[in-house]
Amino acid sequence: MTITTIQEELIDEFSLFDDWMDKYEHLIELGKSLPLIDASLKTEERLIKGCQSKVWLHAEMTDGKVVFTADSDAIITKGIIAVLVRVFSNQLPETIINADTSFIDEIGLKEHLSPTRANGLVSMIKQMKLYAVAFQAQQKK
Amino acid sequence: MSFDVQKIREDFPILKRKVNGHSLVYLDNAATSQKPQAVIDCMVDYYSNYNANIHRGVHTLSQEATDAYEVARKKIQNHFGITHPEEVIFTSGTTHAINLVANGFSSFLKKGDEVLVSAMEHHSNIVPWQMLCERTGATLKVIPMNETGELVMEDFEKLLSESTKLVFVNHVSNALGTINPIEEIIIKAHKVGAAVLIDGAQSCAHIKPNLNALDVDFYVTSAHKMCGPTGVGMLYGKKEWLEKLPPYQGGGEMIKEVTFEKTTYAGLPHKFEAGTPNIAGGIAFGAAIDYLNEIGFKEITAYEDGLLSYATLELLKIEGLKIYGTSKNKTSVISFNLDGIHPYDVGTIVDKLGIAVRTGHHCAQPIMDYYKIPGTVRASFSFYNTKEEVDKLVEAVKRAKMMLS
Repeated sequence: MTITTIQEELIDEFSLFDDWMDKYEHLIELGKSLPLIDASLKTEERLIKGCQSKVWLHAEMTDGKVVFTADSDAIITKGIIAVLVRVFSNQLPETIINADTSFIDEIGLKEHLSPTRANGLVSMIKQMKLYAVAFQAQQKK
Repeated sequence: MSFDVQKIREDFPILKRKVNGHSLVYLDNAATSQKPQAVIDCMVDYYSNYNANIHRGVHTLSQEATDAYEVARKKIQNHFGITHPEEVIFTSGTTHAINLVANGFSSFLKKGDEVLVSAMEHHSNIVPWQMLCERTGATLKVIPMNETGELVMEDFEKLLSESTKLVFVNHVSNALGTINPIEEIIIKAHKVGAAVLIDGAQSCAHIKPNLNALDVDFYVTSAHKMCGPTGVGMLYGKKEWLEKLPPYQGGGEMIKEVTFEKTTYAGLPHKFEAGTPNIAGGIAFGAAIDYLNEIGFKEITAYEDGLLSYATLELLKIEGLKIYGTSKNKTSVISFNLDGIHPYDVGTIVDKLGIAVRTGHHCAQPIMDYYKIPGTVRASFSFYNTKEEVDKLVEAVKRAKMMLS
């Protein structure tokens, strides 16, 4: 599926909920269904320093596509990570580098991605893109 | 005067605000207090009617501004039970005041000297002293705390020796609300010849200290914690200490005479007040003190104690809720967690319901390390909060628990 299709799908999915509570409950469910990251990968180097909740991010290349796995100790943060992984995982490095994140606004989760919110998610997107850049550089070699 | 919380709430315009469609319930008072109209008006009045630089102009406006600023200093002096007005140094806040003292002590400390800090300090009362120790070779030692969030006084006594030069402790812990036994700490530290600095940032809104009677060497606080504006605070130091301490920042106002060969410094308090200060803030600090005293600290404490007991009882009815900081001696702060739920998640949900609480480590990571938790949810109450607001908090936490577990 293309990155745009996934984003549109997510926007549709979230538009079903009028109430913030339902939206958050859905997000929490997504968080709970995020595949568990291998415990051995939850290392200090994979930790994205947010102020309040911990976020671990791991990336590897499979068949020319970047596969992300991630985890957090806070469930709402984990839900947002699940959204990000769904969008960015299994994509070509170039697609990830050029992807825009305005779908987050449209889902109604903009507040969580404000750079002043101390939850590490802005750093998470940045880190995902950095991985993509690194993998792309490797490919060119 | 009788305590009428509804009437008091009228004084705070922000309390009429809606947040996420709900009436604001502001329970982050330990981070900063809200401001009454009298304080806001005071700042507007200064900028509208007599804004001028102080202490140097001969013109009328400058004189009026200087007078108002110095009146504020006197109000602070009287409120905190300080002997001389020049012992009140205006600073930008508590952090600035601590750094001023820590910097000054660089010239007094040497290798082998020891400084004691409590285990429940805010980072601002840890880091400047660590920096001081790095500069001087002195050693930083920690007064431990126990499970209830109280300092272990026997250990404190054991740590004291002739090498102890300085002890710094907060009057009230920002993360736990514990009121520390500062009277005892000051007496015992003085017996070995150590100076004591008390951080009053978390106590000043709840407790009116008499610094002269306490015989403390330094006391620091911020106006914004006690209904005053941000960006202004104070350092109290005993005159003999302030005279000994070297100036912290060089600049205008703090000099007596300047030539390129030598500068002589102004006397107290100006020696420590380089540059144009936060004039409006200083004057409004005085207005905040007036406002609080009009309500009365006895009344404030009695009312807040009532809120604290009520909130503690109601919150503890929620299964799996644990309160951190259970000293009998505490101000109206409740730090808690729900079993198995991250504080960040709880904070996010209750914010959606219009309730402002703080989540995280509250700039007191050593406390979180002690309890082996990533942080807590902290509800801190002020005299303008109500039982109905406590009920809303309890309902919101229940809802968060339902959603998150």
